[in-house]
Amino acid sequence: MLDLYSPGTSPLHRLPPAPKMLALMISATLLFINQSLPLTLVATLATLTLYPLTQLTLKQAAAQIRPLLWIFGLFFAVQWYFSGIQMAAYVVLRLAALILLASLVTLTTRSSDMIDTMTSSLRFLKPLGVNPAKVGLAISLALRFIPVLAQITTEVREAQKARGLERSIIATAMPVAIRTIKMADDISDAIESRGYRP
Amino acid sequence: MDTKSIVYIALFAALTAALGLMPPISFAGLALPPITAQSLGVMLAGAVAGARRGGFALLLFIALVAVGLPLLAGGRGGLGVFFGTSGGFLLAWPLSAALIGYLVTKKSDVSFLMTAIYIALGGIVLMYAIGIPWMAFIGNLGLSKSITIMVAYVPGDLVKVVLATIIARGLRRAFPNL
Repeated sequence: MLDLYSPGTSPLHRLPPAPKMLALMISATLLFINQSLPLTLVATLATLTLYPLTQLTLKQAAAQIRPLLWIFGLFFAVQWYFSGIQMAAYVVLRLAALILLASLVTLTTRSSDMIDTMTSSLRFLKPLGVNPAKVGLAISLALRFIPVLAQITTEVREAQKARGLERSIIATAMPVAIRTIKMADDISDAIESRGYRP
Repeated sequence: MDTKSIVYIALFAALTAALGLMPPISFAGLALPPITAQSLGVMLAGAVAGARRGGFALLLFIALVAVGLPLLAGGRGGLGVFFGTSGGFLLAWPLSAALIGYLVTKKSDVSFLMTAIYIALGGIVLMYAIGIPWMAFIGNLGLSKSITIMVAYVPGDLVKVVLATIIARGLRRAFPNL
């Protein structure tokens, strides 16, 4: 499974996920408490300089922002109109800093390491009835199901195309839904029949 | 939790991810963000799998997004999306699915119209009730301005409600002891 991780050997790459997450939470809170435009600008620029320092490119930083460009533009326009250009700059810069910072954690941390941290921290929820092994099974099953679902959809779509029904959403969605539920029932029977007891 | 529940949770988390692979529908040109099929996954998880399984399925899905898998429409993912303007909608997904599941499975025989209303309550009303204040907070917009922006999404969401209702009722007919 492809994740958003970008390989590297920087200190940030080598840091375990938990302290990185904690640092992100603290920085995000500080960004919201802070109300000054110059400080937000400094924070955004500081986050941007962290990218080359952690062997990431500014191109990667731009890629994090690009899908949100339209909403940045919209927010900037609305804020400029109602509260002035300073407020507009502050809001958009804060948003950019938050997203760049969070993406920094995502880009320097393997998904598998994050999942490991997540499942091992679930140990503390054991008294509440959370079973880490079952969560682990759900995660691996979900990751396996995604390509299977895509494949089932392709098959059904081709079958309906042969019948001239490629324009009908229901004619594709319904057989896909029924086949996947049937598959899920078969898989849970298969897991049970192999004596799975987590 | 029994094995069947675990498999269903994984299935509906995966379904929401797979719906993100569908090409987004653009309308009104570039002025508005494209509508994606992913909230259909939320509605189906609740209406088909029930409150517990559906809620946990979407919780699993947003956990997978948070750890950095590009499962959102357009290949987005990671922690950044939660700090973005639509982060509140994302965080609302497990609650929406749970509410839909609770309402739809409360009685054994629910009419088409009532199913649609229940799905709309969780999938539109509750989701917007959490997502819009979040958007107003992150973007420093007023509530009323945020609501104005979101009105553009209501028609697309209504289409998804109808689709989810048809599929969920069809599945309940095909698998009566779902």
